[in-house]
Amino acid sequence: MAQEITAEDIRARVRKLLEEAHPDHVDQFTFRGKQYDHGLAWVHFPEGYGGLGISPGFQAVVADELAKHARTNYEDMMVNPIGIGMGAPTVLTHGTEWMKKNLLRRIFTGEDIWCQLFSEPSAGSDVAGLATRATREGDNWVINGQKVWTSFAHISKWGMLLARTNPDVPKHAGLSYFLLDMQSLGVEVRPLYQMTGEAEFNEVFLTDVKIPADHLIGPEGEGWKVAITTLMNERSAIGGAGVPRKGSGSIGVLMNLWRSREKSGFAPESEVLMRERIAKLYIESELLRITSQRARAARKAGNPGPEGSVAKLVQADVNKRIWECAMDVLGPASLIYEPGYARRRPTSRAKESRTALAKYQFLRARANSIEGGTSEVMKNILGERVLGLPGEPRSDKDVPWKQIPRNG
Amino acid sequence: MDISFTREHDELRETVRRFLEKESGEAAVRKVMETEDGYDARTWERMASELSILGLIVPESYGGAGLGAVEMAIVFEEMGRVLYCGPFLATAALAASIVREAATDAEKSRLLGEIASGKLITTLAIAEESGEWSAEAVAMRASRHGANWRLDGVKDYVLDGNAADVTLVAAKADGHLALFRVDGAASGLERVSLPTLDLTRKLSRLTFRGTPATRISDKDIRDALSRALDFGVAMVAAEQVGGAQRCLEMSVSHAKTRLQFGRPIGSFQAIKHRCADMLVDVEFARSAAYYAAFALDGGDDAEAREAVQIAKSFCSEAFYKAAAENIQIHGGMGFTWEHPAHLYFKRARTGLVMFGTPGEYRQKLAASLGL
Ligand SMILES: Cc1cc2nc3c(=O)[nH]c(=O)nc-3n(C[C@H](O)[C@H](O)[C@H](O)COP(=O)(O)OP(=O)(O)OC[C@H]3O[C@@H](n4cnc5c(N)ncnc54)[C@H](O)[C@@H]3O)c2cc1C
Repeated sequence: MAQEITAEDIRARVRKLLEEAHPDHVDQFTFRGKQYDHGLAWVHFPEGYGGLGISPGFQAVVADELAKHARTNYEDMMVNPIGIGMGAPTVLTHGTEWMKKNLLRRIFTGEDIWCQLFSEPSAGSDVAGLATRATREGDNWVINGQKVWTSFAHISKWGMLLARTNPDVPKHAGLSYFLLDMQSLGVEVRPLYQMTGEAEFNEVFLTDVKIPADHLIGPEGEGWKVAITTLMNERSAIGGAGVPRKGSGSIGVLMNLWRSREKSGFAPESEVLMRERIAKLYIESELLRITSQRARAARKAGNPGPEGSVAKLVQADVNKRIWECAMDVLGPASLIYEPGYARRRPTSRAKESRTALAKYQFLRARANSIEGGTSEVMKNILGERVLGLPGEPRSDKDVPWKQIPRNG
Repeated sequence: MDISFTREHDELRETVRRFLEKESGEAAVRKVMETEDGYDARTWERMASELSILGLIVPESYGGAGLGAVEMAIVFEEMGRVLYCGPFLATAALAASIVREAATDAEKSRLLGEIASGKLITTLAIAEESGEWSAEAVAMRASRHGANWRLDGVKDYVLDGNAADVTLVAAKADGHLALFRVDGAASGLERVSLPTLDLTRKLSRLTFRGTPATRISDKDIRDALSRALDFGVAMVAAEQVGGAQRCLEMSVSHAKTRLQFGRPIGSFQAIKHRCADMLVDVEFARSAAYYAAFALDGGDDAEAREAVQIAKSFCSEAFYKAAAENIQIHGGMGFTWEHPAHLYFKRARTGLVMFGTPGEYRQKLAASLGL
């Protein structure tokens, strides 16, 4: 693709796509399949793999043009968040030709949902310390261990599995990265209920699970390098998903909630404070949107760097404060939790009242500073990898993994 | 809105940075800040003759470079990094902007070329004793004496009021808000330079007693004034980004080299996380300042106004936080006169108040968002 591609070229391409398939008239798989074929799925991917090999900044142009002409919006984060945000860039960067040909398009259309099998009960922030074992037997790898907090495992076709192939070397050096068919024998997925009462995530038990040797992603023993690609993309996907359009997303809900408040509920002095507080959250939401946009525009085709952690960190903090503010707007109504805590899998929230949604979001937001790397860990990354500050003295470096103290 | 810089922008930044490193290093700033007028005449002259930045926003037809807020923001960001001390904000941003917006053609010809060529240090006097920078707060009235105008009253917190060859004064006349030109040496004008918290930014109190003035606007200047103020706020926001970035750099470099308990203090999370928070603030402030500059050039007045409110709110506070953290991270050394940390801290603190507080701007934003 020519270097001098302009936003107008992209808009023209989108209009051409819409002539062939329009989201208001065809189903998700069909439309997104065509979008992929036109190189408009993830424009920074190479041609032939759903992209055009140009700066990811142009993706916003695609979204904008689509929004102009279509009511239906199949959003990435709804379709297949982990597959699109993390699986695809990992496959593109480290996968085999077979994987790229056979997996990428179906990730984008949402035909194959993906999950990330990294965290374990004893290894969260320190995920490189994980214990799930992979041993080689003939043409297969055999997996034994347990994963936890695995979002979407119950509906996934593929899992990105990080496992230990060598316990006798320092922890980062003994990891390998696998593509796991979630329907394999020995994979057991159990719902794990969250503080909202819902189970978005799961525990995944792996017992003598066989993975064909050619489903290794990247070389044996270099799983950590592959995992970094996944994690960097995770952070920038989470951070970038903050506020897609001016005044939309969480901040939009909060502003509407405030505008439709019971007028008698607030003394004039509190009104002034609340208005300023909401304006401040609006400002931060706007800056989150603009900062993500700037970061994307500055990026060439390829994987995001640690700057994705900036947006991830702020997004978590702002989102938590937005929903705390919403609870204050609701006042006494915040004493009630109308969705209830019935244990269930998450379902569409489209029909929920704004009030009910706000209370759910208030609870759900607690996870924002934990999922995809805690805020403390993000700050370590910013400090060390962006600012170049020295690391902490460590007791787990240059020691074989099996000698490191671990949780019971 | 597409916020990205061109190669010309990068070159401008590079040129200004190199110039300021030579002309406005810490030693130079400390020397100049101790003088009453607070600027170096030779540097000022070179800004006009070599960099052409005094007339950056002056239209080409009046002898300027005819550029906009984006280019000017680049210059301000660089000046903020080094705490450039001189009447640049007053002359090249505020005065140039109000003249461009509100003055008659004859006055534009008279003033803009001289501003661009560095011959005329000019300032804009708005605030009075209440210290409010807005058209609404102007109470001073001009009186007519035959064909001439006279001014009486006080203008306070006037940027570079002592150094200015010409002061542009907002005052009421015939039921309008009008703009007057007053000569620095005019009779009946008393100029007192104020002992400022921030030594690198000079302020004066101007007392007018039947001072002769020339009316240079023919229409009401309310809108023009608020646009000029918005421009000034956006430029100070860019300056704050530069200052905050410099504080972050100082903190990080100190944290890498200062050893305590046998290790660099930057390896302690209490310090590392503070630096990470500063980085986040600086990046967001950058987004805010650039957004404001691009929006001002973009032509959508409502968007520009909102972007300026965002920039004021965020950048002034981000700079203040960064400057405060910078002192803390430097420990006792950061509290000394000798260390530059306090210079940034004082600039940051005054930036919270000048042209209105972040809280006031958030209230304005809340009102326009219908909250
Ligand atoms: C909603 C949700 C969905 C998730 N989905 C997935 C998924 O799909 N796949 C998956 O693999 N994982 C998933 N996770 C797991 C998530 O990545 C981990 O929970 C997270 O990395 C933290 O690990 P942990 O829970 O073991 O906490 P710990 O690592 O034990 O952390 C506990 C506390 O210690 C702090 N801490 C730890 N190390 C440091 C350090 N070096 N410096 C400073 N503070 C430190 C942490 O910040 C935290 O406050 C999900 C989690 C949530 C909440």
